[in-house]
Amino acid sequence: MEWETVIGLEIHTQLATKSKIFSGAPTAYGAEPNTQACAVDLGLPGVLPVLNEEAVRMAVIFGMAIEAHIAPYSVFARKNYFYPDLPKGYQISQMDHPIVGIGHLDIDVDGVTKRIGVTRAHLEEDAGKSLHEDFHGLTGIDLNRAGTPLLEIVSEPDIRSAKEAVAYMRKLHELVRYLGICDGNMQEGSFRCDANVSVRPKGQQEFGTRAEIKNINSFKFVEKAINHEVERQIELLESGGRVVQETRLYDSVKDETRPMRSKEEANDYRYFPDPDLLPVIIDEAFKAQIKAALPELPQAKKLRFKADYCLDDESVSILTASRQLADYFEAVYKKSGCEAKLCANWITGDLSAALNKAGLDITDTPISDERLSGLLARISDNTISGKIAKQVFEALWQSTTSADDIIAEKGLKQITDSGAIVAIIDKIIADNPGQVEQYRSGKDKVFAFFVGQVMKEMQGKANPAEVNKMLKEQLKG
Amino acid sequence: MSLTADEVNKIAHLARLGIDKQDITSYTKDLSGMLDLMTRMSELNTDDVEPMAHPMDQSQRLRADVVAEPNNREKFQAIAPQVEAGLYLVPKVIE
Amino acid sequence: MHTKTLTELSLGLRSGAFSSVELTQTFLQRISQHQDLNAYITVTEELALQQALAADVRLANGTADCLTGIPIAQKDIFCTLDVKTTCGSKMLDNFIAPYNATVVEKLNQSGAVMLGKLNMDEFAMGSSNETSYYGAVKNPWNITTVPGGSSGGSAAAVAARLAVCATGTDTGGSIRQPAALCGITGLKPTYGRVSRYGMIAYASSLDQGGPMTRSAEDAAIVLQTMAGFDAKDSTSVDLPVPNYSAELNNSLAGLKIGLPKEFFSDGLNSDVAAVLATAIDEYRKLGAEIIDISMPNLKLAIPAYYVIAPAECSANLSRFDGVRYGYRCENPKDLTDLYTRSRGEGFGKEVKRRILMGTYALSTGYYDAYYLKAQKIRRLISDDFKNALAKVDVIMGPVTPTTAFGIGEKMDDPIEMYLSDIYTIAINLAGVPAMSIPAGFVAGMPVGLQLIGSYFSEDRLLNIAHQYQQVTDWHQQTPNGFE
Repeated sequence: MEWETVIGLEIHTQLATKSKIFSGAPTAYGAEPNTQACAVDLGLPGVLPVLNEEAVRMAVIFGMAIEAHIAPYSVFARKNYFYPDLPKGYQISQMDHPIVGIGHLDIDVDGVTKRIGVTRAHLEEDAGKSLHEDFHGLTGIDLNRAGTPLLEIVSEPDIRSAKEAVAYMRKLHELVRYLGICDGNMQEGSFRCDANVSVRPKGQQEFGTRAEIKNINSFKFVEKAINHEVERQIELLESGGRVVQETRLYDSVKDETRPMRSKEEANDYRYFPDPDLLPVIIDEAFKAQIKAALPELPQAKKLRFKADYCLDDESVSILTASRQLADYFEAVYKKSGCEAKLCANWITGDLSAALNKAGLDITDTPISDERLSGLLARISDNTISGKIAKQVFEALWQSTTSADDIIAEKGLKQITDSGAIVAIIDKIIADNPGQVEQYRSGKDKVFAFFVGQVMKEMQGKANPAEVNKMLKEQLKG
Repeated sequence: MSLTADEVNKIAHLARLGIDKQDITSYTKDLSGMLDLMTRMSELNTDDVEPMAHPMDQSQRLRADVVAEPNNREKFQAIAPQVEAGLYLVPKVIE
Repeated sequence: MHTKTLTELSLGLRSGAFSSVELTQTFLQRISQHQDLNAYITVTEELALQQALAADVRLANGTADCLTGIPIAQKDIFCTLDVKTTCGSKMLDNFIAPYNATVVEKLNQSGAVMLGKLNMDEFAMGSSNETSYYGAVKNPWNITTVPGGSSGGSAAAVAARLAVCATGTDTGGSIRQPAALCGITGLKPTYGRVSRYGMIAYASSLDQGGPMTRSAEDAAIVLQTMAGFDAKDSTSVDLPVPNYSAELNNSLAGLKIGLPKEFFSDGLNSDVAAVLATAIDEYRKLGAEIIDISMPNLKLAIPAYYVIAPAECSANLSRFDGVRYGYRCENPKDLTDLYTRSRGEGFGKEVKRRILMGTYALSTGYYDAYYLKAQKIRRLISDDFKNALAKVDVIMGPVTPTTAFGIGEKMDDPIEMYLSDIYTIAINLAGVPAMSIPAGFVAGMPVGLQLIGSYFSEDRLLNIAHQYQQVTDWHQQTPNGFE
């Protein structure tokens, strides 16, 4: 029996607003428990929600980026259930009228582009956190996270493999970071994925019964969890069993999924429009304003980089991995006036390595685009050699002065005076008659020895091309 | 329209509302009475009527994204039934 | 002093005839003398005297306004900072509110003196103030009868002169009905006129807070402070607040009064009907034109209300779970036990009935037939009011089918209790403003006349009420023993 896998992904992204979706409490991660839960977040008697405009704006930005329908009229609904991390006993979400409608995301798997439909994206509030470390048999509840805005993005069940699922997830991850609406930090829970997985005999129209796998927090786990679940379902069906519609939790240690208890009994959420909130109206003027401020999307940027800068795919991929890095590259390109390849190499090479080592992101780079440009310009105009440039780079990293200042201070200027170079070459030749003999008798490899000696004598401050040329000249004898 | 005691028990569980066994009958009777009241509504054809969620024909006002609430944990937790290390405590939750 | 109206007292305070401290002490003493009425849940003696002292300072240095120094009381549904706020329920018997409701904040800033928190039906659910955890409130006109509900404590306190005025809330008639049964003036403003922030929610799309006073003139002053846009309440309307006292003396010549025939059919006690007929005659003498109108969908107001209100309240009351505040049961054995027992023990029967009803109406398979249907009926009722108020300036009618009934009389039949809301409920569904003013007596028990206006016409309503109160003295009567 040939089976086909059908997957739909529900991804919850925490929107990067400063304050909560319905209150003015802060959303910053990592605060002491319950120090960022105000009266509204705690669900005290008598409190009321007021909608954060930035959350709306971010939702609309996302909708436009996936070319989705933006609802001119959207409604918040109460999703009713009891759980200690849900203070009001209901979550304010959206049911019948989500803010973003049908859109799509294109993914690339093994060189093939596939369009994955997005059914909808809606705004809702996040719940708090339960801490199960023992408080003498009790669970501790931290409501700092309660009220953080979430954008829940629901895909169509168009995904047909774990690989496609990961590609979709990665694409979405890149997109929301690009748009600046979510920091995508999966460890901190800013980007959470639930997968709806089912199988059906190949060729069958109807979908099989699906199981929902919850809260997978890494790309690697998504792939494993889905593959494991598909295997489980196929085994079950092939042995005559039935797949039960249920929610399962992925255990990364055991690499298995198991049914979740307690939260899922009696799923009657009794949705109804929240009477404390009014319908959200999004008019053409608002949309136009957002569209005008929409940043260049990753796909468009990649194509433009390739065309305008003539860089190879790998460089383009690295440089456009984040909007900030891409912007940095373009600033360096502009300010240095150097060739794109030079700029790209230094950024994807030395700079990235140094940032990685120090655990920094491009946004925290100690070397500004201005200062790096200064360095690259001096390489380009032959003031210093590539080798010396690495020294200058080190110095730039440790200080706040410019490349020029460092070069002057350390006397690193490349020696270009041919007279001086010839003098040194002649000295080396005079000092090493044996090697000269070997070279002139045909041992070309010895040339490198001479280059090394000359460079050493010149403390690296020579233009290699010049040295090579003159050395050849002088060695001819 | 009559509800059964079983249905009432199910609804009570959905609402996490403890009801004494001896009161089930009276609640069942009361709720059935309320439902009878409701059946009057079905006498009227409302197919072309728009539901009205709010009296005012207004749209949701948007609030600027600024942090406006200071940390008030002390005050809020002073009235809590059980807190420890800044956390609200409840019987262990099994996931 | 306690016999004077707010207006008179305000003048007295500002002229230095007496101090706020004296006035406050007078009321505090009366409250302790009449505890048997059970109108108050909490008396805030110390706080009141502190506020009175502060008010006297303002009165002396000329920074006082109309309400400065006036002893008022708050329905125990409004959160009052550092003061017990129970909502008439065991669930909040230990709840010391950590913040002030916007209405409370506004009244505090005006310099009013808070005497205490008033008894009410539990979580505002009831029409007789018999569902309160703190016991029934007695009607000062006859202490074997109910004062009405849910703002029963407020109405009784004002009628018995245990406060100059009080705040109330109205979801299905809870200001107007007790005002009528206790012979005082009560006003439910247009939905969105008064902030709901800090007003513990029963049915969010129906609740409105408003003044309960001895006269329309007094109500205008209190509403002036209570009303206004609040950024913390998304349903608050951003419209300027007119000067409610400025229009009180406009002539009523040419006023068109609509009388819905559906309001004057059987179900209305004939003696009550007679009192109302006399009242309407007074309006004719004042120059008004009486027009018969019809509002055909009014009869569906009760079923629609008893779906919508319980549905909204079933969700609003889910937050009471014993986790962050309020009542928690002893030794919960697991999470479910914590919830079911805290809520089972903390809530009274009427509240549980409505939560169950609301949960049912919203549950899978029933949403369309009940909740959605009720919202459609609501639209029709609202349209009835719009159409009627396009033809007339004000609609008048009864507030209650009878005068106050006996304590315990209707407790066994909740449905019968619901049916007595027949005249007031439709108003909340539409969101229009309405008042109840004293119109006479039947066998010594007060009867109220209801005035219903178009959206944001509170100034008109107050004017219409005030003119009637200039030519009648029902509103000046005092119950025996409370003079």
